[in-house]
Amino acid sequence: MIQADLNIILPEVILSLYAMLALVGAVYSGKDKLAPLLVWLTAGLFALLAFWIAGSTGPSQTAFGGMFVDDGFARFAKIMILISAAVVLVMSQEYMLRRNLLRFEYPLLIALALVGMMMMVSAGDLMSLYMGLELQSLSLYVIASLRRDSVKSTEAGLKYFVLGALSSGLLLYGASLCYGYSGTTLFSGIIAAAGDHHAPLGLLLGLVLISSGLAFKVSAVPFHMWTPDVYEGAPTPITAFFATAPKVAAIGLFARVMHDAFGGITADWQQIIALLSLLSMFLGSIAAIGQTNIKRLMAYSSIAHMGYALMGLAAGTAFGIQALLIYMAIYVTMSIGTFAFILLMEKDGQPVTDISALHMLSRAHPGRAIAMLVLLFSLAGVPPMVGFFGKLYVLRAAYDAGLAWLALAGVIASVIGAFYYLRIVFYMYFGDDQDDNLDRTRAPVLQTVLFVSALIMVVGIANLFGIEGAAEAAAATLVR
Amino acid sequence: MSVLSFTFYLFAVCVIVGGLFTVISRNPVHSVLWLILSFLSSAGLFVLLGAEFVAMLLVIVYVGAVAVLFLFVVMMLDVDFAQLKAEMARYLPLGLLIGVVLLMQLGMAFGNWTASEGAEAARAAVAPVDTHNTAALGLLIYDRYFLLFQLAGLILLVAMVGAIVLTLRHRKHVKRQDVLAQMYRDPATAMELKDVKPGQGL
Repeated sequence: MIQADLNIILPEVILSLYAMLALVGAVYSGKDKLAPLLVWLTAGLFALLAFWIAGSTGPSQTAFGGMFVDDGFARFAKIMILISAAVVLVMSQEYMLRRNLLRFEYPLLIALALVGMMMMVSAGDLMSLYMGLELQSLSLYVIASLRRDSVKSTEAGLKYFVLGALSSGLLLYGASLCYGYSGTTLFSGIIAAAGDHHAPLGLLLGLVLISSGLAFKVSAVPFHMWTPDVYEGAPTPITAFFATAPKVAAIGLFARVMHDAFGGITADWQQIIALLSLLSMFLGSIAAIGQTNIKRLMAYSSIAHMGYALMGLAAGTAFGIQALLIYMAIYVTMSIGTFAFILLMEKDGQPVTDISALHMLSRAHPGRAIAMLVLLFSLAGVPPMVGFFGKLYVLRAAYDAGLAWLALAGVIASVIGAFYYLRIVFYMYFGDDQDDNLDRTRAPVLQTVLFVSALIMVVGIANLFGIEGAAEAAAATLVR
Repeated sequence: MSVLSFTFYLFAVCVIVGGLFTVISRNPVHSVLWLILSFLSSAGLFVLLGAEFVAMLLVIVYVGAVAVLFLFVVMMLDVDFAQLKAEMARYLPLGLLIGVVLLMQLGMAFGNWTASEGAEAARAAVAPVDTHNTAALGLLIYDRYFLLFQLAGLILLVAMVGAIVLTLRHRKHVKRQDVLAQMYRDPATAMELKDVKPGQGL
């Protein structure tokens, strides 16, 4: 029996075994000298696992008595998580190496965080949900404060840790209330006990507390306070990582809990998610206007984007989940490209994060400026770019589900949000002249990532690389 | 009130009072002592549930090791707790307000608490009847909850790696003991004979 179960979780097993072996191997040999090699090895393994999972097209199956679910939705999310983590890892290597931050534990902690994320999107039980979440969060707390000589980085790590612990507490309390109501922690048991009418008060309270705990992890308003500080304080490549894979995992987990465990009482959680979505979209768009630090700006941008993704979830339909998956795939691609650009921002070898450094970038670095222009248009959701189609999908999903007011609010928020994206474009093309331009950094990896990401935003408008069909199939396995 | 429910309420009140005083007591050492009271009372609750082994673990591991470690750390820390407390007083009204609202909501939920029909039956089989506590626990965590057990192990590994990453510093100029070098020392390399001519220095 255990053999069959282990076969189902084989990708996770391989990844954790790799992390442990590499850890022991590196401790007893070259230590930090091996770090660049480990970064490439880890990224290679991520890519390999992603292809493997993409190739496995079997039916949905569960392992360990339903605690682990391997279905199309989990596979889709895992592929996104693995590929984005691999790209970010490769991107980060040069930056970390130059600033003496590349320690051999870094790629391995990311590998362990990924095990947690893969558990999260595959969770079929409140306990495996919590274990995956903690494994992920604990690794992230550590890598947030990796630059331990900098006050900001340690502050970021500490803030993340304390607020993360608080959110775990909320989540656990909610989980215990759900267990108290239904007598089981399995999602299949909870959905059977909850029935398909309105939830009784006890279960409802559990649902609210679980949603709050998860909203912390996706940094949805009003649980977003940690995001700008952590994004600003952590080293930039780690910020890039925070903005991609963990977000996919958290929102995947959110969708999984809501549909697998509370799928019968959609009306009860729909309003919670819709409110989270509305607040996130508006706060993300309005608060970003005052920011001049591009990392903080990206933090608010990610809050707003999570609002749009939650709109897909709020729809409560299979089409909503499809829209959510498409939105997340597009968001992750855009984010990776944007962070490649931020990593390229250097003056005299020192990283700069102030957007005033971008004045008249188009004259000094026309290629970079045009790629960033495409990415910013896409982030803002300006029509010809791929980002627009992501927004279109979630808006349609919300509209179809009878949440026309939410869709309308989404359109208004995106118009407000367009201001700060387009302000950067304005600086780059029509800003003031300045003498000290950004360095011509030679970083082939970052340049490639930036241009490929921008290219995807333009070329993808033909058919979104066929992602719609895959997302539809994935959503169909979650919402039955 | 039966003896059972009396002991339950006794321990439950002790847990809550201990937790409360952990947060509000002035002296941090007293906080840790209140925390120990909370741990001991929770161990009592476990005994009431029939989980003696877990109760013993709680006493041995948490009270015996963790709390005592806390005590040492708190005594050695050079943190101005009075200042921290002053910060706390500033946010106290807002915190209290939220706390009271939450408490009222929980009271409402408790007031008309219902569990689903199958809940009692699904929970009933947890306490082991005719096996030892340890054996029952082993059967559960090494068989049914194997996956969770392994994941908990991974979490502890991450915690350990994290602690090392964030605190270990390799100091370059410290002279460390090199056992091999000491063992392979021989007179030929350790000592050098110089023939000093009369009237000359080295």
